[in-house]
This record gives sequence, structure tokens and C-alpha cells, in this order.
Amino acid sequence: MSASPKIRVATTWLDGCSGCHMSFLDMDERLIELIQQVDIVYSPLVDAKTLPDHLDVGILEGSISSEEDLEKALEFRRHCRILVSLGDCAVNGNVPAMRNHFKLADVINRAYRDNVTLQPQIPSRGVPALLSVVKPVHGVVGVDVFVPGCPPSADAIWYVLSELIAGRRPDPSSVTRFGA
Amino acid sequence: MPPPANQPNIRVVTLNIDGQDLSAREDETIIEVCRENQIPIPSLCYLEGLSVWGACRLCLVELAGQNRLLAACSTRVAEGMRIQTNTERLQRYRRTIVELLFAERNHVCSVCVSNGHCELQWLAQRCGVDHVRVPYRQASYQVDSSHEMFRLDHDRCVLCTRCVRVCDEIEGAHTWDVMGRGSDCRVITDMAQPWGDSETCTSCGKCVQVCPTGALVKQGTSVGEMVKDQHFLPILARRRHTI
Repeated sequence: MSASPKIRVATTWLDGCSGCHMSFLDMDERLIELIQQVDIVYSPLVDAKTLPDHLDVGILEGSISSEEDLEKALEFRRHCRILVSLGDCAVNGNVPAMRNHFKLADVINRAYRDNVTLQPQIPSRGVPALLSVVKPVHGVVGVDVFVPGCPPSADAIWYVLSELIAGRRPDPSSVTRFGA
Repeated sequence: MPPPANQPNIRVVTLNIDGQDLSAREDETIIEVCRENQIPIPSLCYLEGLSVWGACRLCLVELAGQNRLLAACSTRVAEGMRIQTNTERLQRYRRTIVELLFAERNHVCSVCVSNGHCELQWLAQRCGVDHVRVPYRQASYQVDSSHEMFRLDHDRCVLCTRCVRVCDEIEGAHTWDVMGRGSDCRVITDMAQPWGDSETCTSCGKCVQVCPTGALVKQGTSVGEMVKDQHFLPILARRRHTI
């Protein structure tokens, strides 16, 4: 164990495709270097079931599309000193937000009734209710760092995390862009 | 743009841009002098070879002694001008302009045929737009796929009117025009008829090539496949001037 305490990081995915987390894993051997300096205390990539308190960095992938997404984003904001929007869905709504052109009821009917031949029904148990408008993360909570890209490259994620670990404010536009 | 042949006596003026002392012909605009001297100024509606429109306001610059900002594309140089092209104030305005463009329509870069070849996308990155601070309008716009070779997606249109000008000034067809106001403003073909029904369109594709975004594209292109080629424009524009 090193003398200086490790930086405590949490990540989760909201309405996204998990591609940003895959890109995170694409940091490959740099992940070993990364975990010398950070503790990933909560993430789809680790086993913790509840979000701990007093986190240094929270990373959110995906947009705010359901009540569960909203609750998670609020919880991350409460627990994390620095909140990062990772990827276009979190940053600008991206593909999930394309349903905003339609009424929510029409979207649900299209998915669960119109195109279903056997026992069409709208799921209500065990799934969170969808919000009528999909928003980027900063549409519901304050966000400190925005990392656009679909997905942001492993190099971009590495750069942003390295800067945050070093106590600096990264400039993501120097390494990534919308749609990258 | 290269000078027309048989110019009358054109004087040379000296001016200062971002601390550089420069000389320029008095009939040049600020943006032309900047481009000649590799001083980067963002722009969307301005395109060398087309007439000046001055609509996007991205090329705004500061002129010493004047509080009003000037569009570099539509302002002639003058003797003794002292110009700043990249102050904090200008960066702030440019950033806001780009954000408003993203918020108005539906520029979903990740699924756009112009992804990776789009001037709006580059501008966003260059201006440091890593997110849009205003709420998205989430309004639906039409797609016109009636033309057998090309497609128009109003979702991606920034109303730069390059298509209108190239069709009128270079091709000479004037198929394109603009109708409506505010967020209802849109480019149209003929009298707002489907592009495929246009009697004036020559299917030359110049509008597609000069479009800075994925609003005008070739049919059959998939995400990231629409690469534009604007090399024809300065050549044709020069020939038009020398006739």
C-alpha cells in the first residue's frame, strides 16, 4: 500500500449501451497502472451493491431516461466530489434522446404492442418508469467534467483520469469530440 | 478569392491582426487576410468562392476603438486597423453560437453520415464545446429523400445558405432558396416542392459538396461515409470572375 490514500472512484451506466465502459476496459494494461492510484469502489465492473459515501470521482455513462437513471444521477451527485459525464449519451442525450421526437406513450406502444405478435403487454414490474423526456446528465444534476465521444477512446478516458488524479482540470476537447 | 483580372488601381493598406503587422489590398475582407496569413478564424457560412452572407457570426472579431464586434467575412480592411481575432469575449460568443446551433436542431454526430467529416463537429471541438448548456429544443424536422441521388435532412441544417449561393452563383440554376422565419426557417428546392420533383435542379451535386454538415448528402451513404470535396469551387469561381 502506498502512503498517499487512493482516489475513490465510482462508475455506473444509465441509458447507454455500455460501450463507454467497454472503452474504459480498452485502456488494457494501463488499467494496472490506474489501480495503483485509484480504488474503483462501485461500478458494473466490480461487485459492490451500494454506492459508498465520500467519493472523489463519479463517472456516469448514459442519459437520464428513467426514474432509476434520475435517482442514480442524484445519488452520484450527492456522493461524489467530481462528477464526470462519460460519452455522448451522458453529455448530449445522443441516441436515447432521439425518442424525444415522439410521445412516450407512442414509443412504448411501438416497442411493446405494435411490433409484438404474442401477448403484447407493457412491462410494469421490476422495470423503472420511463421519463417523458430524455435528458443529458447535466440536465438534472451539475456535472464537472464532460467527455464527449461515442464512445470516447480509451486514450481520451486515460487522459481525463490521469489529469483528475494529478489534481488538474482536463480539457477533453483536446482529445475527443461529439461522435468521436 | 483571387483578384479579378484587369483590376483598377487597388491600394495596399497596413493593419495589425493579433499583434502581427500585415499588409493587404484595400478590397480584401478581414477573413481573407486572416486566411492568407494562417490566422485561424472559425466560420460556417463563409466559403471562398461564394458571395458573402454574414449570417453565422462565428467569424466575429474585435476592432480597437470600437465596442461593436465585426464579422470578419463582411468587413473590408482599412488602413491602421488593429484587430483581435481570439479574445476571451470572442471565444465565449463563438462557444455560445455553436451550442445554440446544436440545441436548435438534431445534430446527433454518432449516427450522422457526416460524422468525422463535418465542419460543425470540428467547430464544436475547436471552440471547446464539450457540452451544450441550453436545453435542446427537441423539435422534429423533415427529411427529403425524393431526389434519386441526394438527400436533405433539415435536422442537420445550420442555415448557412452555402447551397443556395453555390446553386445560384456557380451552377446558375437557383434551385435552392430559403423560406420561413426563426426556427421554422429552412432551405427549399423550387417553390418548396420535393427535391426529386424539381425542374430546375441539374443534379450537379455542388450543394451537397459545399454543405458543411450532414444536411445535404449523397443517397446510400452510411454513418461517417459522407466525405465532401470542395476543390471545384475556387477553380470555378475564378473562371467565372475572369470571363
